[in-house]
Amino acid sequence: MKELRVQPIKNGTVIDHIPAGMALKVLHILGIPHKGAESIVSVAMNVRSKIMGKKDIVKVEDRELEPKEVDKIALIAPRATINIIRDYEVVEKHRVKLPKEVIGILKCPNPTCISNSNEPIESRFIVINDNPPRLRCYYCEREPDDIASRII
Amino acid sequence: MEFRNRDIISIKDFSKEEILHIIKTAKKFIPFAEGKKYSDALRGKILSSLFFEPSTRTRLSFESAMHRLGGSVIGVVETTTSSVKKGETLSDTVRMADAYSDVIVLRHSQEGAARLAAEFAEHPVINAGDGAGHHPTQCLLDLFTILNEKKRIEGLNIVLLGDLKYGRTVHSLAYALALFGANLTFVSPKTLEMPKEVVKECKNLGAKPKSTTVLEKAIKDADVLYVTRIQKERFPDPEEYNKVASSYRVDLSLLSKAKRNMIVMHPLPRVTEIAPEVDKTPHAVYFKQAFNGILVRMAILHLILGGKTR
Ligand SMILES: Nc1ncnc2c1ncn2[C@@H]1O[C@H](COP(=O)(O)OP(=O)(O)O)[C@@H](O)[C@H]1O
Ligand SMILES: [Mg+2]
Ligand SMILES: [Zn+2]
Repeated sequence: MKELRVQPIKNGTVIDHIPAGMALKVLHILGIPHKGAESIVSVAMNVRSKIMGKKDIVKVEDRELEPKEVDKIALIAPRATINIIRDYEVVEKHRVKLPKEVIGILKCPNPTCISNSNEPIESRFIVINDNPPRLRCYYCEREPDDIASRII
Repeated sequence: MEFRNRDIISIKDFSKEEILHIIKTAKKFIPFAEGKKYSDALRGKILSSLFFEPSTRTRLSFESAMHRLGGSVIGVVETTTSSVKKGETLSDTVRMADAYSDVIVLRHSQEGAARLAAEFAEHPVINAGDGAGHHPTQCLLDLFTILNEKKRIEGLNIVLLGDLKYGRTVHSLAYALALFGANLTFVSPKTLEMPKEVVKECKNLGAKPKSTTVLEKAIKDADVLYVTRIQKERFPDPEEYNKVASSYRVDLSLLSKAKRNMIVMHPLPRVTEIAPEVDKTPHAVYFKQAFNGILVRMAILHLILGGKTR
Protein backbone atom coordinates (compact mmCIF):
# COMPACT_ATOMS: atom_id res chain seq x y z
CA MET A 1 0.00 0.00 0.00
CA LYS A 2 2.83 2.34 -0.88
CA GLU A 3 0.53 4.60 -2.81
CA LEU A 4 -1.65 5.29 0.21
CA ARG A 5 -0.87 8.86 1.07
CA VAL A 6 -4.18 9.75 2.60
CA GLN A 7 -5.82 8.60 5.75
CA PRO A 8 -7.11 5.03 5.35
CA ILE A 9 -10.84 4.48 5.53
CA LYS A 10 -12.37 2.05 7.99
CA ASN A 11 -15.43 1.06 5.99
CA GLY A 12 -16.36 2.04 2.47
CA THR A 13 -15.47 1.58 -1.16
CA VAL A 14 -12.36 2.16 -3.21
CA ILE A 15 -12.89 2.55 -6.93
CA ASP A 16 -9.58 1.80 -8.55
CA HIS A 17 -8.35 1.78 -12.16
CA ILE A 18 -10.44 4.70 -13.30
CA PRO A 19 -9.02 6.18 -16.53
CA ALA A 20 -6.96 9.27 -15.70
CA GLY A 21 -9.19 12.33 -15.80
CA MET A 22 -12.47 10.53 -15.14
CA ALA A 23 -12.48 10.74 -11.33
CA LEU A 24 -14.75 13.76 -11.22
CA LYS A 25 -17.26 12.04 -13.48
CA VAL A 26 -17.26 9.09 -11.09
CA LEU A 27 -17.94 11.46 -8.20
CA HIS A 28 -20.76 13.00 -10.18
CA ILE A 29 -22.31 9.56 -10.71
CA LEU A 30 -22.09 8.95 -6.96
CA GLY A 31 -23.78 12.27 -6.25
CA ILE A 32 -20.69 13.68 -4.55
CA PRO A 33 -20.38 16.25 -3.10
CA HIS A 34 -23.63 15.74 -1.27
CA LYS A 35 -24.76 18.65 0.83
CA GLY A 36 -24.40 17.93 4.53
CA ALA A 37 -22.44 14.70 4.05
CA GLU A 38 -19.56 14.21 6.47
CA SER A 39 -17.90 11.02 5.28
CA ILE A 40 -14.39 11.19 3.93
CA VAL A 41 -14.01 11.17 0.19
CA SER A 42 -10.55 11.11 -1.29
CA VAL A 43 -9.62 11.42 -4.88
CA ALA A 44 -6.25 10.64 -6.40
CA MET A 45 -5.55 11.66 -9.96
CA ASN A 46 -2.79 10.66 -12.35
CA VAL A 47 -1.51 7.89 -10.12
CA ARG A 48 1.12 5.72 -11.83
CA SER A 49 -0.26 2.37 -12.83
CA LYS A 50 1.46 -0.61 -14.40
CA ILE A 51 -1.48 -1.60 -16.55
CA MET A 52 -2.93 1.82 -17.34
CA GLY A 53 0.06 4.14 -17.33
CA LYS A 54 -1.90 6.73 -15.36
CA LYS A 55 -5.13 6.21 -13.45
CA ASP A 56 -7.49 7.89 -11.01
CA ILE A 57 -8.69 6.42 -7.71
CA VAL A 58 -11.79 7.40 -5.72
CA LYS A 59 -12.26 6.38 -2.10
CA VAL A 60 -15.57 6.87 -0.34
CA GLU A 61 -16.09 6.20 3.30
CA ASP A 62 -19.22 4.56 4.69
CA ARG A 63 -20.70 3.74 1.37
CA GLU A 64 -21.28 0.63 -0.72
CA LEU A 65 -22.46 1.10 -4.27
CA GLU A 66 -25.83 0.31 -5.79
CA PRO A 67 -25.82 -1.97 -8.86
CA LYS A 68 -27.06 0.96 -10.98
CA GLU A 69 -24.13 3.09 -9.82
CA VAL A 70 -21.72 0.30 -10.70
CA ASP A 71 -23.25 0.06 -14.19
CA LYS A 72 -22.84 3.79 -14.68
CA ILE A 73 -19.21 3.60 -13.60
CA ALA A 74 -18.66 0.70 -16.00
CA LEU A 75 -19.78 2.99 -18.82
CA ILE A 76 -17.08 5.57 -18.18
CA ALA A 77 -14.46 3.36 -16.54
CA PRO A 78 -14.74 -0.07 -18.11
CA ARG A 79 -11.65 -1.43 -16.31
CA ALA A 80 -12.47 -0.09 -12.88
CA THR A 81 -12.22 -2.33 -9.84
CA ILE A 82 -14.56 -1.93 -6.92
CA ASN A 83 -12.92 -2.73 -3.58
CA ILE A 84 -15.09 -3.04 -0.56
CA ILE A 85 -13.30 -2.06 2.65
CA ARG A 86 -14.44 -3.34 6.02
CA ASP A 87 -12.42 -2.67 9.14
CA TYR A 88 -9.53 -1.23 7.05
CA GLU A 89 -9.23 -4.41 4.97
CA VAL A 90 -10.23 -5.11 1.39
CA VAL A 91 -12.86 -7.82 1.84
CA GLU A 92 -14.21 -7.91 -1.68
CA LYS A 93 -12.80 -6.92 -5.02
CA HIS A 94 -14.44 -7.14 -8.39
CA ARG A 95 -14.13 -5.70 -11.85
CA VAL A 96 -17.07 -3.68 -13.07
CA LYS A 97 -18.95 -5.48 -15.80
CA LEU A 98 -21.64 -4.10 -18.04
CA PRO A 99 -24.84 -6.11 -18.16
CA LYS A 100 -26.34 -7.06 -21.55
CA GLU A 101 -28.67 -4.08 -21.31
CA VAL A 102 -28.54 -0.89 -19.28
CA ILE A 103 -31.90 0.39 -18.21
CA GLY A 104 -32.80 3.82 -16.91
CA ILE A 105 -29.28 5.17 -16.59
CA LEU A 106 -28.78 7.03 -19.85
CA LYS A 107 -30.82 9.51 -21.85
CA CYS A 108 -31.14 8.78 -25.57
CA PRO A 109 -29.45 11.51 -27.66
CA ASN A 110 -32.22 11.36 -30.26
CA PRO A 111 -34.79 14.05 -29.40
CA THR A 112 -37.52 12.28 -31.40
CA CYS A 113 -36.90 8.90 -29.78
CA ILE A 114 -40.04 7.56 -28.13
CA SER A 115 -38.02 7.04 -24.92
CA ASN A 116 -37.73 10.84 -24.66
CA SER A 117 -41.50 11.39 -24.62
CA ASN A 118 -43.78 11.09 -21.63
CA GLU A 119 -44.34 7.35 -21.96
CA PRO A 120 -44.18 5.22 -18.81
CA ILE A 121 -40.91 3.57 -19.74
CA GLU A 122 -37.26 3.82 -18.79
CA SER A 123 -34.54 4.35 -21.35
CA ARG A 124 -33.06 1.07 -22.51
CA PHE A 125 -29.77 0.46 -24.28
CA ILE A 126 -28.28 -2.75 -25.62
CA VAL A 127 -24.60 -3.11 -24.78
CA ILE A 128 -22.85 -3.92 -28.04
CA ASN A 129 -19.30 -3.55 -26.72
CA ASP A 130 -17.84 -3.46 -23.20
CA ASN A 131 -14.53 -1.72 -23.68
CA PRO A 132 -14.74 0.83 -25.09
CA PRO A 133 -18.41 0.84 -24.16
CA ARG A 134 -20.78 1.03 -27.11
CA LEU A 135 -24.52 1.16 -26.68
CA ARG A 136 -27.53 1.10 -28.96
CA CYS A 137 -30.90 2.51 -27.99
CA TYR A 138 -33.41 -0.35 -27.87
CA TYR A 139 -36.11 1.97 -29.18
CA CYS A 140 -34.61 4.14 -31.92
CA GLU A 141 -31.34 2.19 -32.46
CA ARG A 142 -29.23 5.35 -32.23
CA GLU A 143 -25.73 4.86 -30.80
CA PRO A 144 -24.81 7.71 -28.44
CA ASP A 145 -21.23 8.78 -29.08
CA ASP A 146 -20.69 10.78 -25.92
CA ILE A 147 -21.86 8.27 -23.34
CA ALA A 148 -20.48 10.09 -20.30
CA SER A 149 -22.57 13.18 -20.96
CA ARG A 150 -25.78 11.16 -21.41
CA ILE A 151 -25.75 9.54 -18.01
CA ILE A 152 -28.81 10.54 -16.05
CA MET B 1 -39.67 -20.60 -38.54
CA GLU B 2 -42.43 -19.33 -36.30
CA PHE B 3 -44.51 -16.35 -37.33
CA ARG B 4 -47.55 -16.75 -35.15
CA ASN B 5 -48.02 -13.78 -32.84
CA ARG B 6 -44.77 -12.24 -33.89
CA ASP B 7 -44.29 -8.46 -33.91
CA ILE B 8 -43.11 -7.01 -37.23
CA ILE B 9 -40.96 -4.07 -36.19
CA SER B 10 -37.81 -4.09 -38.31
CA ILE B 11 -36.60 -6.09 -41.28
CA LYS B 12 -33.50 -6.82 -39.20
CA ASP B 13 -35.56 -9.03 -36.92
CA PHE B 14 -35.90 -11.52 -39.77
CA SER B 15 -33.49 -14.00 -41.31
CA LYS B 16 -33.06 -14.39 -45.03
CA GLU B 17 -35.04 -17.64 -44.92
CA GLU B 18 -37.89 -15.95 -43.07
CA ILE B 19 -37.97 -13.08 -45.56
CA LEU B 20 -38.08 -15.56 -48.44
CA HIS B 21 -40.89 -17.43 -46.73
CA ILE B 22 -42.96 -14.25 -46.42
CA ILE B 23 -42.34 -13.50 -50.09
CA LYS B 24 -43.29 -17.04 -51.14
CA THR B 25 -46.48 -16.77 -49.10
CA ALA B 26 -47.25 -13.37 -50.63
CA LYS B 27 -47.15 -14.84 -54.12
CA LYS B 28 -49.97 -17.24 -53.29
CA PHE B 29 -52.25 -14.33 -52.58
CA ILE B 30 -52.17 -12.83 -56.08
CA PRO B 31 -55.62 -14.12 -57.18
CA PHE B 32 -57.08 -13.03 -53.83
CA ALA B 33 -55.62 -9.54 -54.03
CA GLU B 34 -56.97 -9.24 -57.55
CA GLY B 35 -60.43 -10.11 -56.31
CA LYS B 36 -60.56 -13.26 -58.43
CA LYS B 37 -60.72 -15.54 -55.45
CA TYR B 38 -62.28 -14.97 -52.06
CA SER B 39 -60.70 -15.83 -48.72
CA ASP B 40 -62.16 -15.88 -45.24
CA ALA B 41 -58.93 -17.05 -43.62
CA LEU B 42 -59.06 -14.25 -41.05
CA ARG B 43 -62.82 -14.13 -40.54
CA GLY B 44 -63.61 -12.90 -37.05
CA LYS B 45 -60.21 -11.21 -36.66
CA ILE B 46 -60.01 -7.46 -36.14
CA LEU B 47 -57.13 -5.20 -37.09
CA SER B 48 -56.54 -1.89 -35.30
CA SER B 49 -55.18 0.69 -37.67
CA LEU B 50 -53.45 3.41 -35.62
CA PHE B 51 -52.10 6.15 -37.84
CA PHE B 52 -50.67 9.14 -36.03
CA GLU B 53 -49.06 10.50 -39.16
CA PRO B 54 -50.48 11.07 -42.60
CA SER B 55 -50.33 8.04 -44.88
CA THR B 56 -52.96 7.01 -47.35
CA ARG B 57 -51.08 4.38 -49.25
CA THR B 58 -49.81 2.22 -46.43
CA ARG B 59 -53.03 2.50 -44.45
CA LEU B 60 -55.30 1.63 -47.36
CA SER B 61 -53.02 -1.20 -48.35
CA PHE B 62 -53.13 -2.76 -44.87
CA GLU B 63 -56.86 -2.30 -44.62
CA SER B 64 -57.43 -3.78 -48.05
CA ALA B 65 -55.19 -6.75 -47.17
CA MET B 66 -57.18 -7.42 -44.00
CA HIS B 67 -60.52 -7.19 -45.82
CA ARG B 68 -59.30 -9.43 -48.63
CA LEU B 69 -58.62 -12.10 -46.01
CA GLY B 70 -62.12 -11.79 -44.57
CA GLY B 71 -61.06 -9.86 -41.46
CA SER B 72 -62.25 -6.45 -40.34
CA VAL B 73 -60.63 -3.17 -39.46
CA ILE B 74 -61.15 -0.51 -36.82
CA GLY B 75 -59.00 2.55 -36.71
CA VAL B 76 -58.00 6.06 -35.97
CA VAL B 77 -56.30 8.56 -38.20
CA GLU B 78 -55.03 11.20 -35.83
CA THR B 79 -52.71 13.34 -37.83
CA THR B 80 -53.33 16.22 -35.46
CA THR B 81 -52.44 13.81 -32.67
CA SER B 82 -55.45 14.95 -30.69
CA SER B 83 -54.96 12.15 -28.18
CA VAL B 84 -51.51 13.52 -27.55
CA LYS B 85 -53.08 16.91 -26.93
CA LYS B 86 -55.44 15.31 -24.47
CA GLY B 87 -52.34 13.98 -22.80
CA GLU B 88 -52.92 10.32 -23.51
CA THR B 89 -49.71 8.38 -23.92
CA LEU B 90 -49.11 6.08 -26.85
CA SER B 91 -48.87 3.19 -24.43
CA ASP B 92 -52.41 3.85 -23.19
CA THR B 93 -53.79 4.10 -26.72
CA VAL B 94 -52.04 0.85 -27.57
CA ARG B 95 -53.42 -0.93 -24.51
CA MET B 96 -56.91 0.10 -25.54
CA ALA B 97 -56.50 -0.99 -29.16
CA ASP B 98 -54.99 -4.23 -27.90
CA ALA B 99 -58.14 -4.94 -25.93
CA TYR B 100 -60.34 -4.25 -28.97
CA SER B 101 -58.49 -6.19 -31.65
CA ASP B 102 -56.20 -9.07 -32.66
CA VAL B 103 -53.41 -7.13 -34.34
CA ILE B 104 -52.22 -3.51 -34.30
CA VAL B 105 -50.79 -1.63 -37.26
CA LEU B 106 -49.01 1.53 -36.11
CA ARG B 107 -47.67 4.59 -37.93
CA HIS B 108 -46.07 7.16 -35.66
CA SER B 109 -43.71 10.10 -36.00
CA GLN B 110 -41.30 9.02 -33.27
CA GLU B 111 -38.52 6.47 -33.65
CA GLY B 112 -39.04 3.41 -31.51
CA ALA B 113 -42.81 3.90 -31.21
CA ALA B 114 -43.52 0.44 -32.59
CA ARG B 115 -41.08 -1.24 -30.20
CA LEU B 116 -42.81 0.53 -27.36
CA ALA B 117 -46.23 -0.52 -28.64
CA ALA B 118 -45.08 -4.13 -28.86
CA GLU B 119 -44.06 -4.01 -25.22
CA PHE B 120 -47.51 -2.92 -24.12
CA ALA B 121 -49.59 -5.04 -26.48
CA GLU B 122 -50.32 -8.72 -25.99
CA HIS B 123 -51.29 -9.03 -29.63
CA PRO B 124 -48.77 -8.61 -32.41
CA VAL B 125 -47.80 -5.13 -33.55
CA ILE B 126 -46.87 -4.29 -37.13
CA ASN B 127 -44.72 -1.22 -37.64
CA ALA B 128 -46.08 0.84 -40.53
CA GLY B 129 -43.35 3.45 -40.13
CA ASP B 130 -41.85 5.02 -37.00
CA GLY B 131 -40.42 8.43 -37.77
CA ALA B 132 -37.05 8.07 -39.48
CA GLY B 133 -36.95 4.49 -38.22
CA HIS B 134 -38.27 1.35 -39.87
CA HIS B 135 -41.02 0.45 -42.28
CA PRO B 136 -40.56 -3.29 -42.70
CA THR B 137 -43.54 -4.01 -44.95
CA GLN B 138 -42.26 -1.40 -47.42
CA CYS B 139 -38.93 -3.18 -47.44
CA LEU B 140 -40.61 -6.56 -47.94
CA LEU B 141 -42.68 -5.31 -50.85
CA ASP B 142 -39.58 -3.83 -52.45
CA LEU B 143 -37.78 -7.16 -52.13
CA PHE B 144 -40.85 -8.96 -53.44
CA THR B 145 -40.95 -6.68 -56.47
CA ILE B 146 -37.29 -7.18 -57.33
CA LEU B 147 -37.53 -10.96 -56.91
CA ASN B 148 -40.71 -11.09 -58.92
CA GLU B 149 -39.29 -9.06 -61.80
CA LYS B 150 -35.71 -10.34 -61.77
CA LYS B 151 -36.05 -13.81 -60.18
CA ARG B 152 -33.01 -13.11 -58.00
CA ILE B 153 -31.31 -10.39 -55.97
CA GLU B 154 -27.83 -11.80 -55.57
CA GLY B 155 -25.43 -10.28 -58.07
CA LEU B 156 -27.88 -7.68 -59.37
CA ASN B 157 -26.61 -4.13 -59.82
CA ILE B 158 -28.97 -2.00 -57.80
CA VAL B 159 -28.86 1.79 -57.69
CA LEU B 160 -30.52 3.64 -54.82
CA LEU B 161 -31.17 7.23 -55.83
CA GLY B 162 -32.30 10.41 -54.14
CA ASP B 163 -32.50 11.37 -50.50
CA LEU B 164 -30.48 8.60 -48.94
CA LYS B 165 -29.94 10.47 -45.70
CA TYR B 166 -33.46 11.07 -44.48
CA GLY B 167 -35.39 8.69 -46.74
CA ARG B 168 -37.18 6.30 -44.45
CA THR B 169 -37.22 3.32 -46.77
CA VAL B 170 -33.71 3.31 -48.17
CA HIS B 171 -31.82 2.44 -45.00
CA SER B 172 -33.56 -0.85 -44.31
CA LEU B 173 -33.68 -1.56 -48.03
CA ALA B 174 -29.90 -1.13 -48.36
CA TYR B 175 -29.44 -3.48 -45.43
CA ALA B 176 -31.77 -6.11 -46.87
CA LEU B 177 -30.27 -5.90 -50.36
CA ALA B 178 -26.80 -6.33 -48.89
CA LEU B 179 -28.09 -9.33 -46.94
CA PHE B 180 -29.23 -10.84 -50.23
CA GLY B 181 -25.92 -10.13 -51.97
CA ALA B 182 -26.79 -7.30 -54.36
CA ASN B 183 -24.14 -4.95 -55.77
CA LEU B 184 -25.17 -1.57 -54.43
CA THR B 185 -24.54 1.91 -55.75
CA PHE B 186 -25.76 4.91 -53.78
CA VAL B 187 -26.46 8.03 -55.81
CA SER B 188 -27.33 11.24 -53.99
CA PRO B 189 -26.32 14.86 -53.58
CA LYS B 190 -23.39 15.20 -51.19
CA THR B 191 -25.61 16.64 -48.48
CA LEU B 192 -28.04 13.72 -48.62
CA GLU B 193 -25.57 10.84 -48.62
CA MET B 194 -26.27 7.43 -47.14
CA PRO B 195 -25.40 7.59 -43.42
CA LYS B 196 -22.04 6.05 -42.49
CA GLU B 197 -23.65 3.53 -40.14
CA VAL B 198 -25.78 2.14 -42.94
CA VAL B 199 -22.77 1.85 -45.24
CA LYS B 200 -20.88 0.06 -42.48
CA GLU B 201 -23.76 -2.29 -41.89
CA CYS B 202 -23.84 -3.19 -45.58
CA LYS B 203 -20.09 -3.84 -45.50
CA ASN B 204 -20.49 -6.07 -42.47
CA LEU B 205 -22.86 -8.16 -44.56
CA GLY B 206 -20.15 -8.55 -47.19
CA ALA B 207 -21.37 -5.88 -49.63
CA LYS B 208 -19.08 -3.32 -51.22
CA PRO B 209 -21.41 -0.39 -51.82
CA LYS B 210 -20.23 2.44 -54.09
CA SER B 211 -21.27 6.05 -53.60
CA THR B 212 -21.45 8.73 -56.25
CA THR B 213 -23.25 11.95 -57.06
CA VAL B 214 -23.45 11.19 -60.78
CA LEU B 215 -26.49 9.25 -61.91
CA GLU B 216 -25.65 8.94 -65.61
CA LYS B 217 -22.63 6.75 -64.97
CA ALA B 218 -24.22 4.62 -62.29
CA ILE B 219 -27.23 3.79 -64.41
CA LYS B 220 -25.28 2.19 -67.28
CA ASP B 221 -25.07 -1.34 -65.96
CA ALA B 222 -27.90 -1.13 -63.44
CA ASP B 223 -30.55 -3.86 -63.24
CA VAL B 224 -32.69 -1.92 -60.77
CA LEU B 225 -33.03 1.82 -60.26
CA TYR B 226 -34.75 2.62 -56.98
CA VAL B 227 -35.82 6.26 -56.94
CA THR B 228 -36.81 8.24 -53.84
CA ARG B 229 -38.15 11.72 -53.48
CA ILE B 230 -35.90 14.62 -52.59
CA GLN B 231 -37.78 17.09 -50.47
CA LYS B 232 -37.38 20.74 -51.23
CA GLU B 233 -37.32 21.51 -47.51
CA ARG B 234 -33.97 19.75 -47.20
CA PHE B 235 -32.32 22.56 -49.15
CA PRO B 236 -31.89 26.01 -47.64
CA ASP B 237 -31.18 27.35 -51.13
CA PRO B 238 -33.93 26.79 -53.76
CA GLU B 239 -31.34 27.18 -56.54
CA GLU B 240 -29.42 24.25 -55.13
CA TYR B 241 -32.60 22.18 -54.96
CA ASN B 242 -33.48 22.90 -58.60
CA LYS B 243 -30.02 21.84 -59.71
CA VAL B 244 -30.25 18.53 -57.87
CA ALA B 245 -33.85 17.87 -58.87
CA SER B 246 -33.12 18.32 -62.55
CA SER B 247 -29.95 16.25 -62.54
CA TYR B 248 -31.76 13.34 -60.90
CA ARG B 249 -34.86 13.43 -63.02
CA VAL B 250 -35.60 10.03 -64.51
CA ASP B 251 -36.92 10.52 -68.04
CA LEU B 252 -36.71 8.85 -71.44
CA SER B 253 -33.43 10.47 -72.32
CA LEU B 254 -31.82 9.11 -69.17
CA LEU B 255 -33.36 5.69 -69.71
CA SER B 256 -31.88 5.50 -73.21
CA LYS B 257 -28.52 5.04 -71.47
CA ALA B 258 -29.77 2.14 -69.34
CA LYS B 259 -30.14 -1.56 -69.98
CA ARG B 260 -33.36 -2.40 -71.78
CA ASN B 261 -34.56 -4.57 -68.94
CA MET B 262 -33.61 -2.27 -66.09
CA ILE B 263 -36.58 -1.74 -63.78
CA VAL B 264 -37.45 1.59 -62.17
CA MET B 265 -38.93 1.44 -58.69
CA HIS B 266 -40.31 4.15 -56.39
CA PRO B 267 -42.05 3.88 -53.01
CA LEU B 268 -44.53 6.58 -54.14
CA PRO B 269 -45.86 9.20 -53.99
CA ARG B 270 -43.56 10.62 -56.63
CA VAL B 271 -43.49 14.25 -57.54
CA THR B 272 -41.17 15.28 -60.36
CA GLU B 273 -38.36 12.78 -59.95
CA ILE B 274 -39.86 10.39 -62.50
CA ALA B 275 -41.32 11.93 -65.65
CA PRO B 276 -44.84 10.67 -66.49
CA GLU B 277 -43.52 9.60 -69.92
CA VAL B 278 -41.68 6.79 -68.12
CA ASP B 279 -44.93 5.24 -66.87
CA LYS B 280 -45.70 3.64 -70.22
CA THR B 281 -42.27 2.06 -70.66
CA PRO B 282 -41.51 -1.51 -69.58
CA HIS B 283 -39.01 0.00 -67.11
CA ALA B 284 -41.76 1.29 -64.85
CA VAL B 285 -42.75 -1.12 -62.11
CA TYR B 286 -43.76 1.35 -59.41
CA PHE B 287 -47.48 0.83 -59.78
CA LYS B 288 -47.01 -2.96 -59.64
CA GLN B 289 -44.88 -2.31 -56.59
CA ALA B 290 -47.82 -0.63 -54.88
CA PHE B 291 -50.04 -3.61 -55.68
CA ASN B 292 -47.37 -5.97 -54.30
CA GLY B 293 -47.71 -4.14 -51.00
CA ILE B 294 -51.12 -5.70 -50.55
CA LEU B 295 -49.71 -9.18 -51.21
CA VAL B 296 -46.94 -8.79 -48.69
CA ARG B 297 -49.30 -7.40 -46.07
CA MET B 298 -51.75 -10.23 -46.66
CA ALA B 299 -48.92 -12.71 -46.20
CA ILE B 300 -47.81 -11.10 -42.95
CA LEU B 301 -51.31 -10.86 -41.51
CA HIS B 302 -51.99 -14.44 -42.50
CA LEU B 303 -48.74 -15.70 -41.00
CA ILE B 304 -48.89 -13.86 -37.69
CA LEU B 305 -52.59 -14.37 -37.09
CA GLY B 306 -52.39 -18.04 -38.03
CA GLY B 307 -54.95 -17.85 -40.80
CA LYS B 308 -56.64 -21.02 -41.92
CA THR B 309 -55.20 -22.47 -45.09
CA ARG B 310 -57.69 -24.19 -47.28
N1 LIG C 1 -8.38 0.93 4.36
C1 LIG C 1 -8.17 1.48 3.18
N2 LIG C 1 -8.43 2.80 3.02
C2 LIG C 1 -8.26 3.40 1.81
N3 LIG C 1 -7.84 2.75 0.70
C3 LIG C 1 -7.58 1.43 0.79
C4 LIG C 1 -7.73 0.73 2.03
N4 LIG C 1 -7.40 -0.57 1.80
C5 LIG C 1 -7.04 -0.67 0.49
N5 LIG C 1 -7.15 0.54 -0.12
C6 LIG C 1 -6.95 0.86 -1.57
O1 LIG C 1 -7.81 0.00 -2.32
C7 LIG C 1 -7.16 -0.40 -3.52
C8 LIG C 1 -7.14 -1.92 -3.57
O2 LIG C 1 -6.37 -2.41 -2.54
P1 LIG C 1 -5.52 -3.75 -2.63
O3 LIG C 1 -6.41 -4.87 -2.97
O4 LIG C 1 -4.73 -3.87 -1.37
O5 LIG C 1 -4.46 -3.37 -3.76
P2 LIG C 1 -4.34 -3.81 -5.32
O6 LIG C 1 -5.69 -3.79 -5.91
O7 LIG C 1 -3.47 -2.70 -5.84
O8 LIG C 1 -3.69 -5.14 -5.28
C9 LIG C 1 -5.78 0.22 -3.49
O9 LIG C 1 -5.84 1.41 -4.29
C10 LIG C 1 -5.54 0.55 -2.04
O10 LIG C 1 -4.70 1.71 -1.92
MG1 LIG D 1 -46.14 -7.64 -27.40
ZN1 LIG E 1 -33.50 6.24 -28.63
